[in-house]
Amino acid sequence: MADEALFLLLHNEMVTGVYKSADQGEVENGRCITKLENMGFRVGQGLIERFTKDTARFKDELDIMKFICKDFWTTVFKKQIDNLRTNHQYLAFTCGLIRGGLSNLGIKSIVTAEVSAMPACKFQVMIQKM
Amino acid sequence: SSELFTLTYGALVTQLCKDYENDEDVNKQLDRMGYNIGVRLIEDFLARSNVGRCHDFRETADVIAKVAFKMYLGITPSITNWSPAGDEFSLILENNPLVDFVELPDNHSSLIYSNLLCGVLRGALEMVQMAVDVKFVQDTLKGDGVTEIRMRFIKRIEDNLPAGEE
Repeated sequence: MADEALFLLLHNEMVTGVYKSADQGEVENGRCITKLENMGFRVGQGLIERFTKDTARFKDELDIMKFICKDFWTTVFKKQIDNLRTNHQYLAFTCGLIRGGLSNLGIKSIVTAEVSAMPACKFQVMIQKM
Repeated sequence: SSELFTLTYGALVTQLCKDYENDEDVNKQLDRMGYNIGVRLIEDFLARSNVGRCHDFRETADVIAKVAFKMYLGITPSITNWSPAGDEFSLILENNPLVDFVELPDNHSSLIYSNLLCGVLRGALEMVQMAVDVKFVQDTLKGDGVTEIRMRFIKRIEDNLPAGEE
């Protein structure tokens, strides 16, 4: 039932907090982004477990991607997608979220985000074949 | 989806425990972050709830429990244990949504897992001219039967803020 506003403010504080507690080296070498992405990853893993506990097994990768794009996406994001900021700090968590969700469905991937035409945001999912 | 918030909060606490050596520091960070959230959340709350100014601390308690908690966390804590002077009360949460899926490991016995909430309440009330002290006195994570938050009214904050303050 937790409200979007609460999540958005929490996310905001998390990003600020990670950067505040980092030293300059960590900001420069991307350690902060990694931390945020890792947090998103854990959350994505947890979410997908919750969402799929009653659903049937997925047939194949295409089936999984369809699930991610439709059900997972809309349940997690709803209107939130409009509020994502454009700089990487704020997108990192979300990329991790997607990567975590896929990971628990058996897909290893790298997820990056790109904002070329505001307000659209493009998430690139590169699936890594084992 | 409340699970997004609950899981994200869990990821945050986990990360803070990694970053800070002791529980007290994590508690302080959670309180501070909560405060920053509270001072902004109050605007969202006032805009959406349409509640008028509270005339006393009892009204404030009602609004917090029945409107605010319901709106943001989907629960309605009960209000109990009023002090004789009417300046202190407890919020009893039968279940705390923040701690779904959470267990405290043994080496974090001083961690106040949901301490963010104390900061949020404190920050939000400060923006409506009330200085309060908020703390957990019972916690289901620590084996107590319920979660109890104690709120104490300290004083009214003067309306005239120094220039430059939000």
